[in-house]
Amino acid sequence: MNDRDILTRVWSDDLDLRLTDTCLRDGSHHKRHQFTAQEVHDIVEALDASGVPVIEVTHGDGLGGSSFNYGFSRTPEQELIRIAAETAKRAKIAFLMLPGVGTKDDIRAAQDNGGQICRIATHCTEADTSIQHFGLARELGLETVGFLMMSHTQPPEVLAKQARIMVDAGNQCVYVVDSAGALVMEQTADRVAAVEAEIGHEATVGFHGHENLGLGVANTVIAARAGATQIDGSVRRFGAGAGNTPLEAFVGVCDKLGWRTGIDFLTIVDASEDVIKPAMPEECQLDRMTLMMGYAGVYSSFLKHAGNAADRYGVSGAKILLEAGRRKLIGGQEDQLIDIALMLKREGRDLAEQEAEHKKEAANSRA
Amino acid sequence: MAKLTAAIVGPGNIGTDLMYKLLRSDVIEPRWMIGVDPSSEGLRLAAGQGLEASHEGVDWLLKQDELPDLIFEATSAYVHREYAPRYEEAGIRAVDLTPAAVGPAVIPPVNGEEHVAAMNVNMITCGGQATIPMVAAVSRAAAVSYAEIVASVSSMSAGPGTRANIDEFTRTTASGVETIGGAEHGKAIIILNPAEPPMIMRDTIFCAVSPDADRDAIVASVFAMEKAVQEYVPGYRLLQEPQIDDPSPATRGQTKVSIFVEVEGAGDVLPPYAGNLDIMTAAATQVGQNIARSML
Repeated sequence: MNDRDILTRVWSDDLDLRLTDTCLRDGSHHKRHQFTAQEVHDIVEALDASGVPVIEVTHGDGLGGSSFNYGFSRTPEQELIRIAAETAKRAKIAFLMLPGVGTKDDIRAAQDNGGQICRIATHCTEADTSIQHFGLARELGLETVGFLMMSHTQPPEVLAKQARIMVDAGNQCVYVVDSAGALVMEQTADRVAAVEAEIGHEATVGFHGHENLGLGVANTVIAARAGATQIDGSVRRFGAGAGNTPLEAFVGVCDKLGWRTGIDFLTIVDASEDVIKPAMPEECQLDRMTLMMGYAGVYSSFLKHAGNAADRYGVSGAKILLEAGRRKLIGGQEDQLIDIALMLKREGRDLAEQEAEHKKEAANSRA
Repeated sequence: MAKLTAAIVGPGNIGTDLMYKLLRSDVIEPRWMIGVDPSSEGLRLAAGQGLEASHEGVDWLLKQDELPDLIFEATSAYVHREYAPRYEEAGIRAVDLTPAAVGPAVIPPVNGEEHVAAMNVNMITCGGQATIPMVAAVSRAAAVSYAEIVASVSSMSAGPGTRANIDEFTRTTASGVETIGGAEHGKAIIILNPAEPPMIMRDTIFCAVSPDADRDAIVASVFAMEKAVQEYVPGYRLLQEPQIDDPSPATRGQTKVSIFVEVEGAGDVLPPYAGNLDIMTAAATQVGQNIARSML
């Protein structure tokens, strides 16, 4: 059996896997939502030229994400979507929305600006909040994708049931989304396979990975083997936390396995060095903070917000993330990181006071 | 003392919790509980409390010889939009607990007395009831150019109505942040968190005020509002002192006020974590009683 036969499903006659680059959406977190019109134009142009079939462009937290809670956009996302759609010659432009953050009006506006694929993300137990949005997206003739975020928190059978809700609502592809970069190999495969078994005869399955434990490419390979035919990645990992599955690396891996992606490896590697790298504030790092996220199962986009709160209140960012994991916070609850920082600061102060008290007592007893 | 009669339409979590609060009222007598599902637990509980419980819907209620003075709508925005004109035709006052926003919105400690004569008043949303008082508190001390609220509730406490109405939730809440909270622009975000054990409702309120705003006055106004809400929702509390951040590019040049609250429910029928439902039914009870007192 060769590597190609190992794929249980393929996307089409021409493409074994259909890849989506998300650096202009997931990378928005890393960029603190400061993309300029020029950067979006240049990145879309380069990715399109390398053959990336789908490019996602939105505020990191989806349509309507520009806010105090998630960070204000430098350039309105609808303008960025329009620029991307005008720039792309072949690629389709996708946009993300989270029910509870964006609304149906935002979906309509994104379509008016040239968005063709509507990706709707819910926490992986809350799929029924997306029903009205999938209904609208299909009515508008948009292609649909559903994201089950934080998939590591639920067993495969729960994800399969949630996938069913989305597909019944009109969704055409369900993504297992490893928002915390916490899934490990077989855990990914089991989840993809369970979703595929439930909805595979009506819809496709996708996988979206993060690098917080360094497993982005490995998880994505195993997801494809388990039946995922739509794959997310971000060139140069340009995404939240330690970043996403590096798309150019995954393209190289696919070449070696004989899996057809329609993307030219050398062109996308050049794009990574010449176009994407200059737009990044820094490389996405596997460091103390991002490792903590994969380890404690924390939503990747909390990274910058935990860092801000740690700086503002003089407490440990890593401790903020661990507490976020302990509290079982989910995507969207960035506001709670400030509350955690204030709690840690108070605890620190209490501890310092206790120590001072002990010292005083010790000094008194010596006297 | 004479009481107004009331029907509760929608025997779900909210309707049932509301019933227990109204049963303690000295100006409202809940007499009917209306649903559409004969196997509804809420209808069973209502019958047990001596209410007339029907699963034949509003059509049945409106055919009765005696009609209620007040209807409390605890179904969904879609249902209320459909039935609101019929309540009005029948001369029945409506307190709407869905985000349908047919009538003017009411937040008890801010404009509780303002619309007692309206045929239909809207309770906005649970997130609105928990956060708009704080936006209004900041507005009393300084002009608010933008306010944003983030409501996190336990998944267990978000019924099918909230789930089907999530766009209406964000839109209606954002609009209340402007019209009643006094912010020039409003935004609302809701998160349903499935954590076990279930999390108590938490809300964060961010307000942008002018760099020369009186910070002490803002903080004092926020603490005063906490007390005002506690009068009808004892489990409403600030988690932290209001946080004030200096203007920066990240705050778009404005001073940022952040307020963190928690809403623990009274535990009437719903567990204490469901403070979101408790604040909604407690506020609706306040508003219903204000209307009743104006009519009696």
